[in-house]
Amino acid sequence: MNPALQGLITIIIGVGGCVGYFYFSNVFLDKVLFPARGPQAGRNINRANMIRPWLFLFPALAALGLYLAYPVVETLRLSLTKRLPGGGSEWVGLANYNQMFAEPKFWEALSNNMMWLIVVPAAATAFGLLAAQLTDRIKWGAVAKSLIFMPMAISFVGAAVIFKLIYDTRPLDQAQIGVLNAVWLQFNGGPMSFFVLRIVPAVLLAAFAGIVAYVGWLFVKPMIQPEGGRKVPAATMPLRVLVGLAAIWLVFLSLRSVIGVFGYQFPYGVAQNWLTIPFWNNFFLMVVLIWIQTGFAMVILSAALRGIPEETIEAAIVDGANPFQIFFKIKMPQIIGTIVVVWTTITITVLKVFDIVFAMSNGQWQTQVLANYMYDKLFRALDWGVGSASAMIIMLLVSPILVWNVYTARKEMR
Amino acid sequence: MDNIAGSKSSLSWAVQISVVLLVALWIFPTLGLLISSFRTADQISNSGWWSSLTTQVKQNPAIRVAGVEVEQDGVFVIEGRLFTAANVVIEAWGNNANRPQEFAPGDVADLGDGVTLTVAEDGAYRLASPVSLGDGRLPRVFTTAATPPEFTLGNYENMLFNPANIEGMAKAFFNTLTVTIPATIIPILVAAFAAYALAWMDFPGRALLIAAIVGLLVVPLQLALIPLLKFHNQIGIGKGYLGVWLAHTGFGLPLAIYLLRNYMVGLPRDIIENAKVDGATDFQIFTKIILPLSFPALASFAIFQFLWTWNDLLVAMVFLIDSSGETTVMTKQIIELLGTRGGNWEILATAAFVSIAVPLVVFFAMQKYLVRGLLAGSVK
Repeated sequence: MNPALQGLITIIIGVGGCVGYFYFSNVFLDKVLFPARGPQAGRNINRANMIRPWLFLFPALAALGLYLAYPVVETLRLSLTKRLPGGGSEWVGLANYNQMFAEPKFWEALSNNMMWLIVVPAAATAFGLLAAQLTDRIKWGAVAKSLIFMPMAISFVGAAVIFKLIYDTRPLDQAQIGVLNAVWLQFNGGPMSFFVLRIVPAVLLAAFAGIVAYVGWLFVKPMIQPEGGRKVPAATMPLRVLVGLAAIWLVFLSLRSVIGVFGYQFPYGVAQNWLTIPFWNNFFLMVVLIWIQTGFAMVILSAALRGIPEETIEAAIVDGANPFQIFFKIKMPQIIGTIVVVWTTITITVLKVFDIVFAMSNGQWQTQVLANYMYDKLFRALDWGVGSASAMIIMLLVSPILVWNVYTARKEMR
Repeated sequence: MDNIAGSKSSLSWAVQISVVLLVALWIFPTLGLLISSFRTADQISNSGWWSSLTTQVKQNPAIRVAGVEVEQDGVFVIEGRLFTAANVVIEAWGNNANRPQEFAPGDVADLGDGVTLTVAEDGAYRLASPVSLGDGRLPRVFTTAATPPEFTLGNYENMLFNPANIEGMAKAFFNTLTVTIPATIIPILVAAFAAYALAWMDFPGRALLIAAIVGLLVVPLQLALIPLLKFHNQIGIGKGYLGVWLAHTGFGLPLAIYLLRNYMVGLPRDIIENAKVDGATDFQIFTKIILPLSFPALASFAIFQFLWTWNDLLVAMVFLIDSSGETTVMTKQIIELLGTRGGNWEILATAAFVSIAVPLVVFFAMQKYLVRGLLAGSVK
């Protein structure tokens, strides 16, 4: 049968079936099972109203249970068993996990994933915040926003092609058609190269270190010198300490990189295969996701920024606050909840990132990530045990966010 | 907002310029692909897309003279053109790799044994010899030519409307469409009923269910691949459209229910209670009042689900595409092309843009609903 026709029939059956199910099950409930007449009309109406929600919910719950809840349990079971040749399976305990932990490729995937988890949400949120802050103040901001937002509509595979063109490499005797190499070959080690490749990155890194130190200080300061006798809530203490430590670490890293930038020997005049440079190629892949996710962060943060009451900012200006103080001390605390939401949403996307790595490097040259590792195990090595075990690792990494989301959702409903 | 205490024009200029830079940076990659998809294979491989609007003066690879030998007045002549493009202007040419710019257009080169070769400015050449050249190797011509900008729709014709092209995107395009439409429509209805129950009906365990749906919102679909593939094989669906529709429906439901419920909760209570007082049943309230009023939320989710199913690769690879490749979708087709045609950017760029174009149109047409859905959909 023609697939298009099959699709049409499925739509008709699906939609018609849904409507039919809801209509006739309601009719059945009201007219046959518990008719609202006769001596027990009152009791019947009550009973029907108790059952009705479940009629409405049943198809959705069945689909959710079968397609999302059951697989979690089944994957857990699969990760603890081994497939036997004739079908069937054998309980092997944690053997799959042990096997996986013994593979260097798994640790490579995990450490790359950690890098993705730090860099992509941070960069996308930061760019999104910057874009939101800037576009909110200009006349053509809406147009600018929709252009920055546009990559959201592009598939990961499409984005992979787009960026492969940017990273394209040709032999030196041919014209470079990848932007990155065309730009790179302009550098020859002269003063311009010194300025662009050493001074500019050093200044950016130093500025980054400065901002991180400032934000870290804002978090830590109330613990050291409480303002106006206000005590810091004990619940936020661990968070503050954590942010402080992370800030110190990041400042250390970026200051060390400043020194590294000056010492590094750049391979001038040689077209680079960007996706095969170990370690750095991960960042070239991350750029793709940052490019896509920035628009998302911008849209949500822009709405949050607009929701900030004008009076608080006016008051700060009257009190003589500078733009930095206004941003970090007045605006940031008011949108911090939204920033956390954006951050966690992007984190989940990052944990599931598969298409980009699959299309651009397929995990070669030390760019493996968990989702692609899992796909490799499940569908290339056909090792369901280890594949399921790695899927459980992804689930494990997602679960803190899952718990946090459920917690906040419940709190909000009360 | 910052500059209410007096406008700072210099700062506002800095903001304008920063935004221009940011926007340029963000559309630059897509623009590159779009422009590349309208260039010929020659042009793509000879110059970066950013110089596609300027006339290119460059040395071309050697072209071997070829053609039918004709005898004219005792001289054996081969005539022809070096370039198929009409508007190429040759600045210099040569027949020796070491001296590729030896001659000006119109010069006559002596190749020895009385053989002469001349190349005109427009690429027409004339090779003359006193004896027949027979099957001997004909000379090569090196040219330095100015090629004006040239754009073509040929790539799209080749990828979309050429039935002989087995790498074409037409089939994959329709397959993607076949996956997308039912996978977008079916979950909406299922979710809408559930969302209504969760928003406006009172029953024990409601809060728990909502919490469970918020939890399922972030469950990675990677976990579902093997169990569901096993399940599909057991009930006899195997790999195919039905499986992929069901899978997309299941994976899309949490977001659908969550979005729709959040929206429905916000609808005015009075309307619903009045309808109840007037004797409307829940089914009537739902179809006559809630559904029409929830249109914005339905549209938001529909766009999400459409973009997600259209752009999806993983679910299609696992649940749909079998070894025959008859049911391949566009994303998968592009992956194949990346493997086999890694350097043929006229093919890759066109294929990618065919797949990107539809979501982009939907995006720009219905951006309002997309933004609204995003704002409602992120767990606050």
